[in-house]
Amino acid sequence: MKAVSKTSPMIELRDVYKSFNGHPVLKGVNLTVSAGEGMVVIGGSGTGKSVILKHIIGLMRPDHGEVIIDGQNLADMSERELIEFRKRFGMLFQGAALFDSLNVGENIGFGLTEHQLLPRDAMMDVVRQKLLRVGLSGIEEKMPADLSGGMKKRVGLARAIAMNPKIILYDEPTTGLDPIMSDVINRLISGMNRDLAVTSVTITHDMKSAYMIADRIAMLYKGEILESGTPDEIQKSSHPVIQQFIHGRSEGPIRTD
Amino acid sequence: MQWIDRIGQWAIHCLAEIGEMSLFFFQAVFFVARPPFRLKNIFKQMESIGVGSIPVVLITATFTGMVLALQSYHGFKRFNAEGLVGTVVALSMTRELGPVLTALIVAGRAGAAIAAELGTMKVTEQIDALATLAVHPIQYLVTPRLIAGVVMLPVLTIMSDLIGIIGGYAVSVNLLGANAGVYIQRTTQYLELEDLFSGLLKAAVFGGIIAGVSCYKGFKADGGAEGVGRATTGAVVVSEMLILISNYYVTAFLR
Repeated sequence: MKAVSKTSPMIELRDVYKSFNGHPVLKGVNLTVSAGEGMVVIGGSGTGKSVILKHIIGLMRPDHGEVIIDGQNLADMSERELIEFRKRFGMLFQGAALFDSLNVGENIGFGLTEHQLLPRDAMMDVVRQKLLRVGLSGIEEKMPADLSGGMKKRVGLARAIAMNPKIILYDEPTTGLDPIMSDVINRLISGMNRDLAVTSVTITHDMKSAYMIADRIAMLYKGEILESGTPDEIQKSSHPVIQQFIHGRSEGPIRTD
Repeated sequence: MQWIDRIGQWAIHCLAEIGEMSLFFFQAVFFVARPPFRLKNIFKQMESIGVGSIPVVLITATFTGMVLALQSYHGFKRFNAEGLVGTVVALSMTRELGPVLTALIVAGRAGAAIAAELGTMKVTEQIDALATLAVHPIQYLVTPRLIAGVVMLPVLTIMSDLIGIIGGYAVSVNLLGANAGVYIQRTTQYLELEDLFSGLLKAAVFGGIIAGVSCYKGFKADGGAEGVGRATTGAVVVSEMLILISNYYVTAFLR
């Protein structure tokens, strides 16, 4: 575990409320992530974990409350500023969300090409380098449909880090992968958090993954952050809900029906 | 009194949807004049909306022109006005049937394809992924389709007009024994450039409707494969309704 410097928070959610069709999903979420920290948000399926990520990157706006990234309140930004601001982010989607009309190389280089950050040759170098970073090579010409689930995830990861983001968001990175591929992805993520000095927020319900990636873990339950702390603190938590969740028991305060 | 409540809710829902759709549409229009101009995307869309629709449009236009000639011949014969068949075919094709039938076909073909493609992108989070890569999804996906629709519908309509008129000519001259010279003279005599233009203007409006509605429905898709199916159906139904409704108003406006 690395030491986290006590600087100002990189990501801050203050009292965030969000409901869909009158059905409340987030009911006053408070979450702070320091610069360089690897935060993991755990919680059951359908509890709004992905909604938190979408608020952090500004794909959704809160009904009430504030989202502050690197000292800037997202609510104060125009659509155009927000889009520009997103260049600081990388996001890995649950299903990888590769553009299926583009090949692997074009997918990874998409941001670089769109924003004309690099000439074409240099862009292809970056693509190759990012592919190597996720343990792949020589598949630039392949189409996403020809890749396995684990490869898609890794290409998605390469795309997420292509523009050297300061913040990386991972939406259920190990869901749908076999245990070995999950381990590969977990190692990539924790390695990346360490080497690239990024701030990251990971959403998962895979506890093994959470322990491997996290500097801190926060549990989302009934639309609020129930508790947050280091993996040790969470493991030692006396809260019955947390104990039930991290040990994966069907009996306890969390209703399974 | 519950039914009043229902009607009210339905009306609010409809108004909200219309508002949202208009906003979406204007955003797409706004990006037409804002760089980067994605020529590659625009041409690709022109190909799939326009070039891909040529065979169906031409077959439809041929038979429409043919049946128009046949019907008006039998009708007009009752008061010895067979000579006007050429005029009727030309006016009907250019002013009405060319643009409307072309638009209905393109709505069914290209509109459904757009809604299905964008709907799939939506449910697999590819549209969100675009946004996270700092690209405006409307600018990247909708504006090129809108431009392609507005440009290609008039082009298809010109083809349709021409082929329909040729179809009418073929039936009249070859089957119904009309004199070729007289038929052509009657066709051109009353046909004015204005007739052609009013049809083309309608076609451009329809092209905008098809692209706008289909993209909107795709962007709003949710709920997996079933949602994409709903979006596709919705895109075709709403486009076709709006085409027929706006057809009346644009015609009335142009008189």
